[in-house]
Amino acid sequence: METGLFSGSVHIGIIYHPPQNYPLYIRSVPTENELKFHYTVHTSLDVVDEKISAMGKAMVDQRELYLGLLYPTEDYKVYGYVTNSKVKFVMVVDSSNTALRDNEIRSMFRKLHNSYTDIMCNPFYNPGDRIHSRAFDNMVNSMMMQVC
Amino acid sequence: LWKFSGRNKGQDHFSDMISNVLFNFVCNCVLLQIMELCGATRLGYFGRSQFYIALKLVAVAQSGLPLRVESLNTVKDLPLPRFVVSKNEQESRHTALYSSDADNPASYSGVIPPPPGRIQQRTSSDQQESTSPVVSPQQSPPTSPHTWRKHNRHPSGGNNERPLAGPGPFWAPFSEAQPGSSTSSDPIWSGHSPPPHQENWVSFADTPPTSALLAMHPASVQDQTTVRTVASATTTNEIRRQSSSYDDPWKITDEQRQYYVNQFKTIQPDLNGFIPGSAAKEFFTKSKLPILELSHIWELSDFDKDGALTLDEFCAAFHLVVARKNGYDLPEKLPESLMPKLIDLEDSTEVGEQTGEVGYSSSPAEAPPSKSPSMPSLNQTWPELNQSSEQWETFSERSSSSQTLTQFDSNIAPADPDTAIVHPVPIRMTPSKIHMQEMELKRTGSDHTNPTSPLLVKPSDLPEENKMSSSVKYTSGNTVTDGYSSSDSYTSDPEQIGSAVTRQRSHSGTSPDNTAPPPPPPRPHPSHSRSSSLDMNRSFSVTPGQQQAGVVAYPPAVPPRPQPSQGAGPHVHRPVDADGLISHSSTSPQQIPEQPNFADFSQFEAFAASGVNKEEDDEIETHSEALQVEKPSDSASSLRVAKADGRVDEKVPANVPSSGKGTTPLAPPPKPIRRRLKSEDELRPEAEEHTQKTGVIAAVLASQPSIPRSIGKDKKAIQASIRRNKETNTVLARLNSELQQQLKDVLEERISLEVQLEQLRPFSHL
Repeated sequence: METGLFSGSVHIGIIYHPPQNYPLYIRSVPTENELKFHYTVHTSLDVVDEKISAMGKAMVDQRELYLGLLYPTEDYKVYGYVTNSKVKFVMVVDSSNTALRDNEIRSMFRKLHNSYTDIMCNPFYNPGDRIHSRAFDNMVNSMMMQVC
Repeated sequence: LWKFSGRNKGQDHFSDMISNVLFNFVCNCVLLQIMELCGATRLGYFGRSQFYIALKLVAVAQSGLPLRVESLNTVKDLPLPRFVVSKNEQESRHTALYSSDADNPASYSGVIPPPPGRIQQRTSSDQQESTSPVVSPQQSPPTSPHTWRKHNRHPSGGNNERPLAGPGPFWAPFSEAQPGSSTSSDPIWSGHSPPPHQENWVSFADTPPTSALLAMHPASVQDQTTVRTVASATTTNEIRRQSSSYDDPWKITDEQRQYYVNQFKTIQPDLNGFIPGSAAKEFFTKSKLPILELSHIWELSDFDKDGALTLDEFCAAFHLVVARKNGYDLPEKLPESLMPKLIDLEDSTEVGEQTGEVGYSSSPAEAPPSKSPSMPSLNQTWPELNQSSEQWETFSERSSSSQTLTQFDSNIAPADPDTAIVHPVPIRMTPSKIHMQEMELKRTGSDHTNPTSPLLVKPSDLPEENKMSSSVKYTSGNTVTDGYSSSDSYTSDPEQIGSAVTRQRSHSGTSPDNTAPPPPPPRPHPSHSRSSSLDMNRSFSVTPGQQQAGVVAYPPAVPPRPQPSQGAGPHVHRPVDADGLISHSSTSPQQIPEQPNFADFSQFEAFAASGVNKEEDDEIETHSEALQVEKPSDSASSLRVAKADGRVDEKVPANVPSSGKGTTPLAPPPKPIRRRLKSEDELRPEAEEHTQKTGVIAAVLASQPSIPRSIGKDKKAIQASIRRNKETNTVLARLNSELQQQLKDVLEERISLEVQLEQLRPFSHL
C-alpha cells in the first residue's frame, strides 16, 4: 500500500497493495514533520487492513476507510482509501486544517485514484515502482494546495 | 539541398531533422553543445540561423576544436562540417576534415542507428544503412563554415523566429545519403562557397545549408537546378522566414508526419486503430530513452488515457521522443500542435487548435480525454454508443409520434454518456441485451432508418402506454431488421421475432423507467400483429405470395419466444396455402381479438404487409407479424381495421391449427394487406412492431384457445391484457432478480457461518 501523508495540511501516501505494503508515493505539503507523518501512515496501515478484512464480501467499497481521528491529541485525522486492487491511499490531515469535509476527502481520493489509474495505463510504468510521474505530482500538488 | 530546403520552407520545425542529421556528424554531447550554442535549444527548434550556427559548430567539433561561440568567429579556416553523404564524397572531401573525426563515425554509428533509421524511414528512402550517414559527415561542405561564420554574426537576427527551411532539405538529403551522388555536389559546394561570402547573410545562410544539403543529398541535389534554386531559394527562404511568424517548435512537419505514419503502420496496419501500450512500449524503448522519460512522454501523448495510442497520439509520442533525443526537454503539457486531432500538417493553422476532439477522426469512438475511472468502459461503449446515438437520433425524429416516444425522448436527450448508461441497463436481461446488441448491429447495418427509430421507439412504448404506432414502428423496425437478416426458414423467424421482441424489451429496459412496461410492449405487439393480421386476412382474401413472405419475415424476427409456436403455425399454413398471408392471418386473428388496440395494429400490419411485398416469401410471416404488431399501434383508417379484421379472420383459421403458437401466424396475414395500403418502410416498422406485439400476443394467445375472436373489442381487450401481463412479468422478473441476489447473499452468509461453526466444533466436543 502506498500512503501519502499530508502534513500540516495534508500528506498523501500511496501504499502498494500486494503483500509488501511499501509506499509508492509520499508527499507532504507544508511542513516538515514528514517523518512523523510517515510513521503515522504506516501505523494506520494496520487499521486499514483491519477494515478491509472486516468488510468481507462487501469488499470493494471504495469510500471506506475514514479512519477518523486516530490520535486526538495529535489533532490530526487519518483517512484511508482502498482500491479494488488493494492499493491503499492514506491521507493525514491536520485537524487544524479546519474541517475538511468528508466529501472533500472523498473527492481527493477519487482524484488520486484517477491519477493512479492513469499512471497504470502507462506501459512504461511497472507496478511497484515508485511513482515519478510529473503529471501525478502536479495533480497532487494542486490538490494539496487547495486544501492548505 | 535547396530542393529540400525549398520543400521545407514552410516548415518551421526542423529540430528533429537537424538533430538527426547532426547526429550523424557529431556525437551527442557535441551536438548538444552545438545546439546550446546556437540557441536552438532555447528556441526549441532549429531556426535558420541556428541551423547555420549549428552546422558551423559541427564543423568546429569535427575539427576537433572546442565548441565555443568564439570558435565560430575566430576559426576562419574551419573546414566545413563533414556530413557524410556518400563514400565518394568522403573521399573527395574528407582529407582536410576527416582527420580529426576519424573516431566520430564509429561513435556516431552507434548513435546513428535510431535517428537515421527514423530519418531514413521518414524520407521513405530505402536506405537503412547506417554507414552512409556515418560517412556523410566526412564530407562536410567546405564552404559552410566560412559562410556560417559570417552568418554567425547575424544569428540572433530575425531568423530566430523563422522556421528553418534548410534543415529540411538538409535532413532529407542526409537521410538519403547516397553514395556516388556526392561527387556532383562537391563542385556545387565549392561553387557555392565563394558566393556565400559575398552575399548578404540571408542568402549566405541559404547557400551553406544548401551546399551542405547538397552534399548530403547527392542523389536529389545533384541537379544543377538545385544549385540554381539555391539563389532563388535563398530569397524565397528568406522571404518565407520573414513572413512566417509561426513559431511552434513542436510542430510536426510533413515529412516527420509521414515518417510517423509509416512507423505506425508497421505496428498497426490500420491507421484508425490503436497501438496497444505494450507494443508502443517496445517500440519507444528502442529509442533508448530512459524509462522515466518514456513514461513521461506516454503520459503526455496518451491523450485519452486509454493505454493505447491512436495515430495522432502515436505521432505526438514519436515526435516527443525525437525531440527528446535531440536534446529538447519534454514539455510539462502536451503542446498544442501535438494534440491529437491536430494532425493536419498545416503550419500556421494548427497553432491555435485545441484539444484532440476534432482530430480524433481515427478514433471517433474514443471518448474525450476524461479521466474518470469509467473512462475505459466508456471508451468501449463508445462504438455502441455511437450506434445507439444514431438510433437515438432517429428515435428523436419520431418522438412526436406518440406519447411513449416523447417520454422516450427525454431519455434520448441526454448526451452519449447517457446512452452508455442505457446500454448497461439492458444487461439485466441478458438475452435481451444480446438481442439489443444484435438489433443495434442490425440497425447500423440495415439500410432502414425506420427500423432503428421504431426500435428506439419501442422502448419508450414499452414503458409507456403502448401507442400502437410507436410500438408498431418499433416492432416493424425490429422485424424488418430481423426479417432482412433472416430470410429463410420460417422456423427461424419465430426465434428472430422472439429475439427482436426481447431486444425491444431490452431497449425498454434501458429506458429510464426500467419498469415492467418494457417487456410487455413487445408482446402486445406480436399479438396485436396477429390480430391485425387476422383482420387483414379478412379483408384481403388473397394476398400475393410475396407479401406473405414479406409479412412472414417480419414476425420471425421480432416476435418473442411465444411467437415461435405461432410462427410454426403460420409456417404450416404457408405450405398449405398458396397465400401465405392467409395462413399467417389465420394465426393473427387469434392475437387480434385479444388486443384491444388490434385495430391499429392491423392497420400497421397492412402497412407492413404492403411493405413486405418486396420481401422474400420467407419473410412474409415475420412481416405479417410485424404488420400485425404495427396494426394495433396504428390508429389508421378503418380500412386498416378492415384489413386487420380480414387478417384476423385469416389468422383465426390458421390459429386453430397452430393454437399454441404466438402471434407470428397473425403477423403474416396482415402484412400483405397492409402493404397495399402503405409504403414499404411503414410496413417494415410496423412489421417489426407487429412481430413484437405478436410475441406478446403469442404469449397471451398461447393460453387462449385459438378461436377466432371478434375483432375490435376483443383485440383491444386482448392487447390490454397482454400489456398488463407484460408489465406484471417485468415486475416479477425484477423481483426475481432481486430475490436471487438476496439469496446469494444469504447463501454466502450461511457459508461463512458454517465455516465458523466448523471451527468451533472441535471446542464443542471438549
